[in-house]
Amino acid sequence: MSTSTPSNDDSSATGTGQQYLTFMLAGEEYGVDILRVQEIKGWDKVTRIPHTAKFILGVINLRGSVVPIIDLRCRFGLGNGDFGPTTVVIVVRAVNKDGERTVGLVVDAVSEVYNIDMATTKPPPDVFANADTVFIKALATVAGKMLILLDVDRLIGNSILDEASAGEAAA
Amino acid sequence: MEAGLLGLEAAADSELINTIFRAAHSIKGGSATFGFAEVAGFTHGVETLLDDMRNGRRPVTAETIQILLQACDCLREMITATEAGDSFDQDRIATLNGDISLILDQPAPGQSAPEQSPVSAATAVVAAPEASSWRISFEPVTDLLRLRNEPTRMFAELAALGVITVRADLSRLPALDAMDPEACYLSWDIELLGHVARAQLTEIFDWVDPGCRLEFTPIGDVMAAAGVLAADAGAAHAGAAHAGAAHAGAAASTRAAASRQTAAPRAASPPRRSAPPASAAHRSSGESASIRVATEKLDSIINLVGELLITQSMLAAFADGLDTSKLDMLRQGLSQLARNTRELQESVMQIRMLPISFAFNRFPRLVHDLSRKLGKSVDIKLIGEGTELDKNVLEKISDPLVHLVRNSLDHGLETPEQRAANGKSPNGTIELAAFHEGGSIIIEVKDDGAGLNRPRILQKARERGLITSDQELTDEQVDNLIFMAGFSTAAQISDLSGRGVGLDIVRQNINDLGGHVQIFSRTGQGSTVRIRLPLTLAILDGQLVRVGKEIYIISLLAIVETIQVSRDRLSSVLGGSEVFRLRDEYLPVVKLCELFDIEPDSRDIEDGLLVVVEADNRRVCVLVDDLLAQQQVVIKSLESNFKPVLGVAGATILGDGAVALIIDARDLIRAAEQRQRNIHAVRAA
Repeated sequence: MSTSTPSNDDSSATGTGQQYLTFMLAGEEYGVDILRVQEIKGWDKVTRIPHTAKFILGVINLRGSVVPIIDLRCRFGLGNGDFGPTTVVIVVRAVNKDGERTVGLVVDAVSEVYNIDMATTKPPPDVFANADTVFIKALATVAGKMLILLDVDRLIGNSILDEASAGEAAA
Repeated sequence: MEAGLLGLEAAADSELINTIFRAAHSIKGGSATFGFAEVAGFTHGVETLLDDMRNGRRPVTAETIQILLQACDCLREMITATEAGDSFDQDRIATLNGDISLILDQPAPGQSAPEQSPVSAATAVVAAPEASSWRISFEPVTDLLRLRNEPTRMFAELAALGVITVRADLSRLPALDAMDPEACYLSWDIELLGHVARAQLTEIFDWVDPGCRLEFTPIGDVMAAAGVLAADAGAAHAGAAHAGAAHAGAAASTRAAASRQTAAPRAASPPRRSAPPASAAHRSSGESASIRVATEKLDSIINLVGELLITQSMLAAFADGLDTSKLDMLRQGLSQLARNTRELQESVMQIRMLPISFAFNRFPRLVHDLSRKLGKSVDIKLIGEGTELDKNVLEKISDPLVHLVRNSLDHGLETPEQRAANGKSPNGTIELAAFHEGGSIIIEVKDDGAGLNRPRILQKARERGLITSDQELTDEQVDNLIFMAGFSTAAQISDLSGRGVGLDIVRQNINDLGGHVQIFSRTGQGSTVRIRLPLTLAILDGQLVRVGKEIYIISLLAIVETIQVSRDRLSSVLGGSEVFRLRDEYLPVVKLCELFDIEPDSRDIEDGLLVVVEADNRRVCVLVDDLLAQQQVVIKSLESNFKPVLGVAGATILGDGAVALIIDARDLIRAAEQRQRNIHAVRAA
């Protein structure tokens, strides 16, 4: 994509930008703080865990540690997409009060790395303010496109600790 | 030195005394060199006493040994306190010093034989007028301080009633890092000399929680060592066995006690609590002649070795699908790799292994002290002290073992009189044995006491509603009832045991370690508690089972047997849940496919296999599609990146790099029960 050039200009202009890795999910573009991204790996089969919510696909072996995998499409209620050749797992680190967790997020495809000046971002509109959107940090506009910036800590904490058990109860 | 003293009790051997003397002497010399005047001064008294014993000027009596043992404890504390740069318990030292000099003041009976009879006579006489003196043992609940009770104030009130001697029991103190600063881990032994009515005592302790253990014993025949000594000293001074001697004795004991009176309550007061746990930590590190390695480092090495094992099994899987001429060499190389990894694994695991003597060593002393308290005569035998096990396991097994030994002492072994009446040697024996068996370690606590009283256990269990009155149980099942919560057959709650909170915790702890506990008992011949534990917590011997396309691991320790399903032994209870008849038992069937919501190979139960799994002394049959290999698996935490999952104890990585979940047998049984209840509930509704 050609949008990488303006983003570079952005960073040189302000110097206060934060780098975000963006990825595609059912046609929408989302971003996570790049400092939280540990690696990106191809989609591989997982080991299912019983008694967990549907969006927890299972666990994988990431060089010796057992890492849970969350299907973000399913998590955001965007329908089940097929796992194609561009489907990847973004391995992120999330911090909460119990410590640090490493979790994999399944997304349709990774897209770009943007420098985003946080001062130019907008908070998510109030109409979205419900339990499911607390992990939306802000909305940013880059080259005329809207990016949804995610709060990794909230997303993971919320998905694994609360939502997962709620999903289990429902199932 | 302690070991020597305990040995001394068994047989007075001049060589042994010499050994102890030398130990004391080097402590004294060493401390003097480094300028620890207090330590040196204290040791000097001990040394003088030992010197007398060594030269045969003084007989070796139980009392002197007791005093020396206390001195030994005190010395150890002093040394660790010095190491830590703390000030130490001056008062206690003064007390013990007083005791020792009392013994020293007492003319050795060898020199003045006639004086021996007055001593014992005086003891008897002194006992009578002191009937209104009390021995109070006070073991508060741990949240005593949180309940706004202040033990020091109670002691102050007691001190107002008479001359008191307080001894704090530090044995319940946990390690410093495990200690809750607001909890009260201390218990006290208080001797109160004076004319005090029981009502006055109960008044003082009126405010403490009923959960506290509190006992008042009038001081009479149960003369405390200090009391005896004081009386002895009194007799020595008076030199006659008449009413006058009694007064003199009382006076002397008062005098002797007076030196402690002011000091003792302070000695027991909370601020002192900070030092002992630190000393405990110091002690354990000082005793082992080995390097200290951070557990984290060890864990990472163990992880690496786990990785190596995985690589190896990956390669092995690869080799199976390869058919060129190089195959043979590859196999050879692989077997080499396999051997190397195994050796590396063993040697790394070895770092974590410690001989069980670390846990066993405390028992001779414990048994010595307790048997004295209970008026029983007990020998302790330690077998297989060199048996090694994982440090984590070792640390966690210590407390349950103490509990079991105390239990044996209190309930198992009879008094010498009873034993003699039953035609047994008056000396009871407690045997602690450890040995390896397969991949696990077995620890046995054996006593030659009365054995379990089955009718009484049954009666109690029915009273407490643990079993229904019409339930028929085998002897073995009856015996194992004692591990249920809230169970105690002790007629009286003593300071040792009887609250019924002990053995279920023992079992709990052992189960948490992945082991299990069983008791075997023969009436009149004693009982044996057998604990089976995994050697390590990091690696598990697992059985791979397959359900549908998924692979799970069940710990081999939990598996009793595996059987083929035959429909005629399968029946359903209340239409819903199925049970399987295994010999004379009906076991509930847990279908893993249903529990974990997996699509199995076949819905026909006869196509599957039943794995009989035992945990918490209960058994269930687990239905799986197939049994795969048995292999050692490295346990990985599922919680570190995720959260605990019901029915899953952890995860591991298989040869093909895939993650497999390890099934928690206890959860499985609980889940089976839960489902049973649900079915009943649905039916009832």
